[in-house]
Amino acid sequence: MHAAVIVFPGSNCDRDLAVAFEAAGAKVSMVWHKDTALPEGVDIVGIPGGFSYGDYLRCGAIAANSPICGEVAAHANRGGYVMGICNGFQVLTETGLLPGALLRNAGLKYICKTVGLKVATSDSDFTSGYTAGSVINIPIAHHDGNYYADADTIAELLAEDRVAFTYEDNPNGALADIAGILSANRRVLGMMPHPERMADPVHGGTDGVALFRALAGALVTA
Amino acid sequence: MKARVHVMLKTGVLDPQGEAVRHALGAMGFDGVKGVRQGKVIELDLDAGVTKADVEAMCEKLLANTVIESYSVEMV
Repeated sequence: MHAAVIVFPGSNCDRDLAVAFEAAGAKVSMVWHKDTALPEGVDIVGIPGGFSYGDYLRCGAIAANSPICGEVAAHANRGGYVMGICNGFQVLTETGLLPGALLRNAGLKYICKTVGLKVATSDSDFTSGYTAGSVINIPIAHHDGNYYADADTIAELLAEDRVAFTYEDNPNGALADIAGILSANRRVLGMMPHPERMADPVHGGTDGVALFRALAGALVTA
Repeated sequence: MKARVHVMLKTGVLDPQGEAVRHALGAMGFDGVKGVRQGKVIELDLDAGVTKADVEAMCEKLLANTVIESYSVEMV
């Protein structure tokens, strides 16, 4: 598996994500936001958490219009894999690669804690390492994680089994308790919780490891 | 020439900040405020020849997220 991790000014989980990919056996290339091409042979693009462009205008809005994001969209449209975590999820909704938007948390507070997350589907190369319905512990750290989409979109996500993760105890007001969703081809994942922060025993847990291992198993470099 | 862009959350999208402001106004003794919606105003300083349609394109592509926000453009 060859993973590219995009680095924006203000990204702060880029190295954590790279370490989690590497621990699963991936070759990792860090890609600067001003780059206009992805490295040759990239299987998956990781868009990390953080505060790209200082969250100016809207979280993820300016990153979504950066030079590299056009390439990320082209990669996704070719059937390539993309994973956006936290600010990365916000970027993916702003690019339109995933539906909906992330609003300010209903309680208005920035929330940083480990939450129970139900694996809503194991039918994706991101979640196949988990049993559907199982609950894993993964940290969240966000101010704008309140997933919103119109009623038709929510119904479509549910009907197509595209909700990847739901909160056990909804911390932010997200509709249908949604913490993470998949694209129609199930190759683009956006999620607010941080699996890369539960990927080593020193993190206090390893519930995120199965996600990276499943990806590595699915994306064996030819 | 300038353009003034008003961006508001769409009707039906919960605005927790507006709600917090409404509560604060009530607690301060300002009665009769039934609802508060908070948005933003963006002023653009434009070259002559930039049209309202151009500014609307900017709104569609960047200034507003039309999944959750509506916008209006005023040329001033």
